[in-house]
Amino acid sequence: MTKTSYISKQVADLKPSGIRRFFDLAAQMDDVISLGVGEPDFVTPWNFIEQSFHSLEQGYTSYTENAGMIELRNEISNYLRKNYHLTYDPTDQVIVSVGASQAIDLALRAVIDPGDEVIVVEPSFVAYVPTVRLAGGIPVTIQTRAENEFKLTPEQLEQAITPKTKAIILCNPNNPTGSLLLKEELEQLAKVIEKHDLLVLSDEIYAELTYDDVYTSFPSIADMKKRTILISGFSKAFAMTGWRLGYAAGPTEFIAAMVKIHQYTMMCAPTMAQHAALEAMKNGRQSVLQMMESYKQRRNFIVSSLNEAGLHCPTPGGAFYAFPSIQTTGLSSAEFAEQLLHQEQVAVVPGDVFGASGEGYIRCSYATSLKQLDEAMSRIKRFVIKRRALQSSQ
Amino acid sequence: MKEMEVELLRLIEKNANLEVEKIAKLMGKSTDEIKELIGHLEKKKAILGYSTLIDWAKVLDKEEVTAMIDVKVAPARGVGFDKVAERIYRFPEVKAVYLMSGAYDLSVTVKGKTMMEIGHFISEKLSTLDSVLSTTTHFVLKKYKHDGIILEDEDEGDKRIVVSP
Repeated sequence: MTKTSYISKQVADLKPSGIRRFFDLAAQMDDVISLGVGEPDFVTPWNFIEQSFHSLEQGYTSYTENAGMIELRNEISNYLRKNYHLTYDPTDQVIVSVGASQAIDLALRAVIDPGDEVIVVEPSFVAYVPTVRLAGGIPVTIQTRAENEFKLTPEQLEQAITPKTKAIILCNPNNPTGSLLLKEELEQLAKVIEKHDLLVLSDEIYAELTYDDVYTSFPSIADMKKRTILISGFSKAFAMTGWRLGYAAGPTEFIAAMVKIHQYTMMCAPTMAQHAALEAMKNGRQSVLQMMESYKQRRNFIVSSLNEAGLHCPTPGGAFYAFPSIQTTGLSSAEFAEQLLHQEQVAVVPGDVFGASGEGYIRCSYATSLKQLDEAMSRIKRFVIKRRALQSSQ
Repeated sequence: MKEMEVELLRLIEKNANLEVEKIAKLMGKSTDEIKELIGHLEKKKAILGYSTLIDWAKVLDKEEVTAMIDVKVAPARGVGFDKVAERIYRFPEVKAVYLMSGAYDLSVTVKGKTMMEIGHFISEKLSTLDSVLSTTTHFVLKKYKHDGIILEDEDEGDKRIVVSP
């Protein structure tokens, strides 16, 4: 090997995820209560698991169609119609992917030409920016503000658009802020999107986990369906993260392009997971509702506990994250998270790993048992009190 | 109101030991509201009691013996099965009595210290009742799940990685 590096420049230039660094830190310690986990604490409902066993016993161990089993695509299409008033033809407007993550990758690779700009609304899920880069695009970030409840405003969007802008990734409800865009807000954004003829990648993986308001799926906004790739999956609401199963729905042209990439790079999503997902679509509603009720209760609990502990935290409308401000402690997000981990063995994720506007905040996942959550809140409170005492003595 | 009642009952059905303050926080209500609601539900006997699910085998040397008895009875005119059911459920060793569809009429759950004790109850008290036609006794050998709770659950620990996006 004579070259100094065989790694592509593109990949070499990618920043490692800030989450990864924090994971390494937390993983070394014992007795950590983690509020840093971006997945449900529930195990997959038994009937989904059992259906997967059954499919294996029946010998369903081979590939499926590239776009996924037609039975599953039918059910996804029904599900989207029933819950979000969306009509997608299961034969050519739905693709089953390996997690919503792969659907995002497929969608970006399907539409981006080198140099195209894609708007990413931060604080955001950590994968968008690197995935845009890997697809050859240029990520353009917008920093949403706490005073707007971390919601993208039409003015901010307008400012970020250039002649090179091709698409925008919207994540609603948002990871990490839990912020939820309501119908009127989406309509305002839609006007700007229409005006500039943008494509929308609507990541709605947390759609089911909304607690106070009626959820509006972006493609259900007037005239938006034709320019939207809806991305969702089974990981969050159905507690199936490890099964790696997601889907995308959109106009035929986009889905066909995504299937083209998928057939060469992935073949199909795992068959046994597709069988479990089929059961989830058919008989999973009750389990989802039960989990939703539990998340909502724990959201109420964590928000009031964080505020009591002196960390200002508005009530998030969706997902399973609270995003309190830690600015009054005088610490940066990273310092707060590191000191909290070392002093009180509670893991949270510093807000700045999700983008610059996340600085001054931490992400606390409340997908954790009430017992653990309660203990974590006592520890955070103790930590903040100690920190305050230290501040006032300085 | 009904929704709140159902939500509260679901919470304490799983854990009767949950403090009022915590229930209030979980439901986003004040503690007074929750206390009042609990009082109301107790008054209308929607909440009948607060019992604890115990695995006695962990504490006592010998676990109590549980038997489930299928009882065929002759119903009495005017009162049907109710009168004979009452005669049976008033015995303190009887823990549950259900009227069943199918091959027999009453399902009776009895607990005792020994098999002998239960045998004595059946031969002396239960089968001697005039309306009892026959009994079939099944002794419980092992409890896997009781009232929705798995008794010997293997490692329930969190299997997730500590931090993830």
